[in-house]
Amino acid sequence: MQPLTNRAKKLEKKPMTLAERAYLPAIFQGLSITMRHFFMKKATVRYPEEVRPFSPIFRGLHVLKRDEQGRERCTACGLCAVACPAEAITMVAGERKKGEEGLYREEKYAISYEVNMLRCIFCGLCEEACPKAAVYLQADKMAPPRFERDEFIYGKDRLVEPVDPTKRSVRGIQLTPEQAAALSNKMAQQPA
Amino acid sequence: MAKITFDGIEVEVPDGTTILNAARQIGGSIVPPAMCYYTPLKGSGGKCRACLVRVAAGSTKDPRPMPKLVASCVTPVQDGMVVENTKSEQVLDVRKGIVEMLLINHPLDCPVCDQAGECSLQDFAFEHGVSTTRYQEERRTFEKIDIGPLIQLHMTRCILCYRCVYTADQIAKGDRVHGVLGRGDAAEIGTYIENIIDNDFSGNVIDVCPVGALTDKTFRFKQRVWFTKPVNAHRDCPKCAGNVTLWYKGKDVLRVTGRKDQYGEVKEWICNECRFDKKETTDWTIEGPAHIERSSVISANHYELPVLNQSVIADLPESTQRDLEKNPPLKLG
Repeated sequence: MQPLTNRAKKLEKKPMTLAERAYLPAIFQGLSITMRHFFMKKATVRYPEEVRPFSPIFRGLHVLKRDEQGRERCTACGLCAVACPAEAITMVAGERKKGEEGLYREEKYAISYEVNMLRCIFCGLCEEACPKAAVYLQADKMAPPRFERDEFIYGKDRLVEPVDPTKRSVRGIQLTPEQAAALSNKMAQQPA
Repeated sequence: MAKITFDGIEVEVPDGTTILNAARQIGGSIVPPAMCYYTPLKGSGGKCRACLVRVAAGSTKDPRPMPKLVASCVTPVQDGMVVENTKSEQVLDVRKGIVEMLLINHPLDCPVCDQAGECSLQDFAFEHGVSTTRYQEERRTFEKIDIGPLIQLHMTRCILCYRCVYTADQIAKGDRVHGVLGRGDAAEIGTYIENIIDNDFSGNVIDVCPVGALTDKTFRFKQRVWFTKPVNAHRDCPKCAGNVTLWYKGKDVLRVTGRKDQYGEVKEWICNECRFDKKETTDWTIEGPAHIERSSVISANHYELPVLNQSVIADLPESTQRDLEKNPPLKLG
């Protein structure tokens, strides 16, 4: 048969040397390789206790941002849902009532806003489509593994970021130090 | 009959036809946009200036060009007229200015507005405008007004096209009270419209409104237009023709509107009973999916007729063949 490459080696049967026949040097050589690997840096990490550093442009779990006065930015315009190639986003819009001006930025808001993390492909098109700078994919959080399917449908309770400026996501529009201080003051005045 | 050349295409139309209607006879992308002209409404047109065109030669007798751009929706054709629309740099440039002008006082609250997705101003600005604004002064604002329990008026979004005024005039049969109040910057749609609310056909002002100034209160914030599926349907209505478009989300009829043609014009008024009260599938005889332009956002996830090569599939059902003749499938490529 014609060889496919010219790299084929012709095998020659040579009698073993004395060192080879002694058996022990080869054993120690092999064991030393094994022992060396005990002290080498491991290729794996102990996730989820330990996480690898994220890239600054990593697209992880969604967050619904609040504005500088702590109001929800999302106005349920549906552009994220129509941009979503996986059809992972659903929402129900509602009209803001009198007295809710401190909660919602626009006269329309999302009563419910759900992202199905099993459908989501984390492409970030929702972030690009959003005209209100409300939805962002966080660079430092991933959708954690869970046991049940329905636990992957994230509602507003898990998506909207906390009012507390210190606990907010670092992604998206950031508060200036003055705005953060003003918001903290406002929260301190309110009875818990 | 008059023979005119529109963007290099010759067309023969009856005397007295407007340039816009002559262009619509040609059809396609050369048709000038129209925000205020509405074929069924007598007297409409000439307000928004969106349809400005350049007349390069007035007529055979007097082939001088017209000194300024003319509004094509109110200018009648003359034999031998040469009109430039998309071929003229000047027209395209002026249209950018018109968009800017119309958007001066427009709140740009499209994420909140129910008209978004089927708004003439959105389409017009997208096709002809620039994406930035130079306007820094305060925009005029109004409180939103409830015109009866079913219609909401957002004067802030109004572009003063007068379509609703003419509609009210037409359906109220000349029993006119008021129209647009104030002048210039202070102009606003006034009590005239509120007074027609008792009329059975008052809901049609929602359909004629090119922007989101007059909206259906029963559909307010229910769903974005592009998540609903338009379906043509009819019923035996003692008051109107009963030909409507139902907008479905799942099994629910969220909204009923008149049937709009390719220029967004409703040819048959529908009555308020059809529009606001009959929101069950059992009230209607379904005809089939309404045709949606491929360029519209409503066509996202809107499956109408398959893109197929008819000659390949020999035994199409007869009903499908009939549908295909009516709405030819999309051509690939």
